[in-house]
Order: sequence, then C-alpha cells, then structure tokens
Amino acid sequence: MGWILNSDKPIYLQIIDKLSSDIAAGIYSPGDRLPAVREFALEASVNPNTMQKALSELERAGLVYSRRTSGRYITEDLELIEQYKQKLASEEIQQFLTQMQRLGFDKEQTIQLIKEEPSHEPTDHL
Amino acid sequence: MNPLITCENLAKNYSGVNALNHITLTLYRGRIIGLLGPNGSGKSTLIKLIAGVLTPTSGNVRINGQLPGIASKEAIAYLPDCMSLNSYMTIQQLVRFFKDFYSNFNEEKAYDMLKRLNLNLNQRFRTLSKGTKEKVQLVLTMSRDADLYLLDEPIGGVDPAARDYILETIISNYSQDASILISTHLITDIENILDDALFINQGNIQMYAPVEEIRNSYHTSLDGYFREAYRC
Repeated sequence: MGWILNSDKPIYLQIIDKLSSDIAAGIYSPGDRLPAVREFALEASVNPNTMQKALSELERAGLVYSRRTSGRYITEDLELIEQYKQKLASEEIQQFLTQMQRLGFDKEQTIQLIKEEPSHEPTDHL
Repeated sequence: MNPLITCENLAKNYSGVNALNHITLTLYRGRIIGLLGPNGSGKSTLIKLIAGVLTPTSGNVRINGQLPGIASKEAIAYLPDCMSLNSYMTIQQLVRFFKDFYSNFNEEKAYDMLKRLNLNLNQRFRTLSKGTKEKVQLVLTMSRDADLYLLDEPIGGVDPAARDYILETIISNYSQDASILISTHLITDIENILDDALFINQGNIQMYAPVEEIRNSYHTSLDGYFREAYRC
C-alpha cells in the first residue's frame, strides 16, 4: 500500500522525517535491522534511488549505520535518539504555539489552557 | 556514461498535424522516468518512435547509439497502450510465445510474478478481466531483461489495488543497468516512484528534470506542477 508521502517536500526528506520520528517513537528499536533498500522501497512504494538517498542521509546523521555485508541497523546510541526525541518534541511545541498564537493565546495563556484541559486519553496505536 | 537513448531533432507529422516537434533528448541508464503530458501531447508518439513501430518524419532516435532495428528491439521491452497479445492463447502459451520470441525473456521471473496474481495458467487471455489482462501484459513485458522498458499508460484502466501491484512490479524489477520510461497522466499515483519527469506539451519538451529538483524549486508536488503548467 505504501507510506503516506504526499506533502510538497522532496520525497527523500519525507522519508527521513518518517523514519527519524519512528526511531524516536521507538517503533524501531536500537539495533533493529532495517529491510534491504529494494524491499524498503517496495514497502514505501517509492523509487529505490530515493530510498537509498534517504537512508544515506540518515546514516550521515548517525541514526542508522551499516555493517559491511549484513545491511543497515538502527543506531544503538541511546543518547543520540534521546537528542532527536527532544528536537522533534520542540518542533511539535513550536508548531502548536504558532497555531495557538493565531487563535490569540500567548504562551502563558496556552500553558494555563493545557493545565485546564481534561487529561489526554492515551492512544493505543502509538 | 553512454546514453541509452538519444533523440536528435526528432519530429513526427501525421498528415499535416505535428505530433512531435523537433525534439532533442538524451536518456541515461538506471532511471525511472515519467513521460507526462495532457492527452494528445505526443507521449505515445515519442514512445512509438523509440520502440521503432513508427518512423520519424525527420531527425532520428538512437538506442545504444544505433538506429531502431533488430538490436533495438532486443534492447527495448515495449508495452503498447492497447492489447497486443493473441487473445485465443492461454497464459501458459503466451509465456512460451514470449520465450520463443525474445532471447532475453526470463521465464522464471514471469512465472514468479504470475503466481502472485493467483491465475490459472490454462485460462485463455480473452477470458480475463481488463485489469488482469493489463497485469499479465505488464508481467510479460517486465520479465524481459531489457535495457529500456517503454510502458505506455500501464496504469490507465485499472483499480487502485491493481495499480499498486503494477507499481510494485515496476519497483521490484528496477535495475541500475536499465531505465524505465512510463507515460501517464495519472501523476499522483506514480510520482513517488519516479527519478525524473519529462513533461511534454503539443509535441514540445516543456521540462526534463529530476523530480526532487522540481519539488525543490517549485515547492509543489509533480501533480501540482502539472495542474499549474497545463491549466486550461
């Protein structure tokens, strides 16, 4: 069926976004082996060259590493994953604050609203 | 790198109507290229000229440096935009027919892909549904170890699930040594699998660029670009 990659950004950037957020969310565990490029491209329904490019970028960022003959793995550097998690969290918050600002709430008011909001039901698909 | 296809001043004129207007173009190996344009823009004409089923009015097209001929028919696997198979034959007979006809036909690959379609190989081609016919025809085309695959509207009349099967078949047969030229106007469905996009309009090349570059410079998907560029 393929992944949902439909924004206007270049596809390889969308793949990088998806994979790094999946790594941060623990959908891929440290040390997990990734499928081969072609299989992965098939899974995502994208061009193998694009998948290759995305994986090379992730490798450069240190989130995945390759072992000579046996393929690519998720990094075991927990600190790095934690850093990524923080980075993604801060991006989400910035985006949220921008939205709230559009509605006319400043940061303090937003924090107050968050506190008053009934607690969030955990979603099981994450 | 040696170009796979070169077109020089290639033109085709159908009794006074210019279908292709002196285009010059070079295609390389290892790319999946989308041939995109509105109806009547010259997509099929270009494909047929490369396949060697049409002769140019002027200019020429070279495949691996040679004009269309026996060698180019060997190097090119062409999927026409209409049914070209003998409908009285069974699927099994069609596979054998292709094997007899093309020395680079990979029988094993064909049976492997057909198996996934859950077909009875003794079924006659004409008894298959339209979508299944298109899939079988694509499987036979992609089972050849060719240098260039010319696919004229391979996802035209099929349902979304069949479209996925066809795209998967194209991705899994991709090789560094070959290129695939796919014509379609269903851009959204295929834009994620393309390396390059070749936009043509009224017989002229409007743009030929890597898809990522188009997304980067126009901040839009290919589909968005197409809608903008061909607005009526």
